[in-house]
Amino acid sequence: MGPEAVINKSLAELSRALQSKETSSVDLTRAFLERMDTGQGLNAFITVDGDRALEQARAADARIARGDAGSLTGMPLAHKDIFCTKGLLTTCGSKILSNFVAPYNATLIERFNQAGAVILGKTNMDEFAMGSSNETSYFGAVENPWDRACVPGGSSGGSAAAVAARLAPAATGTDTGGSIRQPAAFCGITGLKPSYGRVSRYGMVAFASSLDQGGVLTRSAEDAAYLLSVMAGFDPRDSTSIDRPADDYVGSLEQDISGLTIGLPRQFFGEGLDPEVGRRVEAAIEEYKRLGVKAVDIDMPNCSLAVPCYYVLGPAEASSNLARYDGVRYGYRAPEYADLIDMYKKTRSQGFGAEVKRRILIGTYVLSAGYYDAYYLKALKLRRLIAQEFEQAFQICDLIVGPTTPTTAFKLGAKVDDPIAMYLNDIYTIPANLSGLPGISIPAGFDNAGHPVGLQLIGRYFDEARLLNMAHHYQRVTDWHKHTPAGFA
Amino acid sequence: MLTQSDVERIAHLARLHIDERESKVFSDSLSQILALIEEMNAVDTSNIEPMAHPQDVGLRLRKDAVTETDRRTEFQEIAPATENGLYVVPKVVE
Repeated sequence: MGPEAVINKSLAELSRALQSKETSSVDLTRAFLERMDTGQGLNAFITVDGDRALEQARAADARIARGDAGSLTGMPLAHKDIFCTKGLLTTCGSKILSNFVAPYNATLIERFNQAGAVILGKTNMDEFAMGSSNETSYFGAVENPWDRACVPGGSSGGSAAAVAARLAPAATGTDTGGSIRQPAAFCGITGLKPSYGRVSRYGMVAFASSLDQGGVLTRSAEDAAYLLSVMAGFDPRDSTSIDRPADDYVGSLEQDISGLTIGLPRQFFGEGLDPEVGRRVEAAIEEYKRLGVKAVDIDMPNCSLAVPCYYVLGPAEASSNLARYDGVRYGYRAPEYADLIDMYKKTRSQGFGAEVKRRILIGTYVLSAGYYDAYYLKALKLRRLIAQEFEQAFQICDLIVGPTTPTTAFKLGAKVDDPIAMYLNDIYTIPANLSGLPGISIPAGFDNAGHPVGLQLIGRYFDEARLLNMAHHYQRVTDWHKHTPAGFA
Repeated sequence: MLTQSDVERIAHLARLHIDERESKVFSDSLSQILALIEEMNAVDTSNIEPMAHPQDVGLRLRKDAVTETDRRTEFQEIAPATENGLYVVPKVVE
């Protein structure tokens, strides 16, 4: 197989090609490295170590030759630069970790290593995953391959751009408030956020520990099923990992979906939704009806308050988690300081960007004496009301469907000075994080400007198999997920 | 509303150095964010149990046994300053 043939194959196809020895891991890895090299210029990667990748590829080829290969042996993958990789830089998009080489692997990386996958590189991201446009990265913004004047979304913007531009067969990401689903929507790809507790958070740099969840950005639901099969599972090193076996995600893709009911929350189709996005989402719902799925309107009023609730809980947890960056044990330390407190302050002020500081300040404020009950405790109670709303909804429907984002990708720079406008991008994605539910975004067409539109599906706890199954059926009858941005075909 | 001096107080608690210009910018944006957050008050949450974890499960316990090996050298290799196996910081006790 030549490099061009390789680039446009899905991960599932590449997996079959590797196992039938139609291609080798070295050829595959080289093809993607060269494609990244020719400088598609999107700034999707922070670190690429080609020699190391090729060494892993050679080991994978040896494994395949021995007949000791799994479905991902030899598969080159890109990883969000939030997952610790032993001996390879892990920056989390921040100056404060710009020199950090982790002495251990994240469990997710370890699982992919054991499966024989190849680390193609570490992708760009919003600093500490705080952002919806990838513009808060210390390493610069990422361009959207569909329109290079636009953002790719965030915080997993580098992963989304890399997969959309075919710089990698698939990539990992993390989703705290929409950071997988929103960039997947903006870049016209598939993005899966599993249930909280499904994928280990060990070695995944913490932002908001009760919301963070690792997942994938892929070309299709089928590809996501391949990856989740390796990632999902109990990890004693993550105290919030759930001890429950993974389902057969690939095996259940083809299951019949007729007779299932989707719920359409009124609040996801109201004010603020771009009419073109709304029309594409309506068309996708019609497609599902043709597949024998029933649709019912549901009411989830408390979901409208998910954004305010999230902007208490996310920053509160972040301000605690980010207290560890003090210039003592690892990472950046300011070059000059007067005393210990001054060293902390200068290190953190020089090491963190403006958005990270803003969230630390909000978090510190809402947790400070006298404000805890009014903000933090209030938000935790509202969180339960939102989770209960989902529980009630799932009494009458199997999945919840709506838009992933209110608009398609916006221009670079358009919202950098308006945090509230930026935060409202995640209005439809945050509820699933607060409730810990799995969600997926799949391509559902394009607006008049040619920007991709994302359709979101939210499932019950641990119902990833059903989500992937539903997404797969849509992708069998549509080809939105097969479109490639001009200039990247 | 958060004033510039409020921002400076919070910044000190968070061990961040904020200059005059930044405290102005942050007091504006933080005030807007607090206004957004206060929309939560539209909902009555009395008698609602706070929810800290999506699955409402308690933390798992394990046997009180040593499971990690000593990797001090490896961990200290990435530290900004160490000496004799210790992390070096500015003097705090005279």
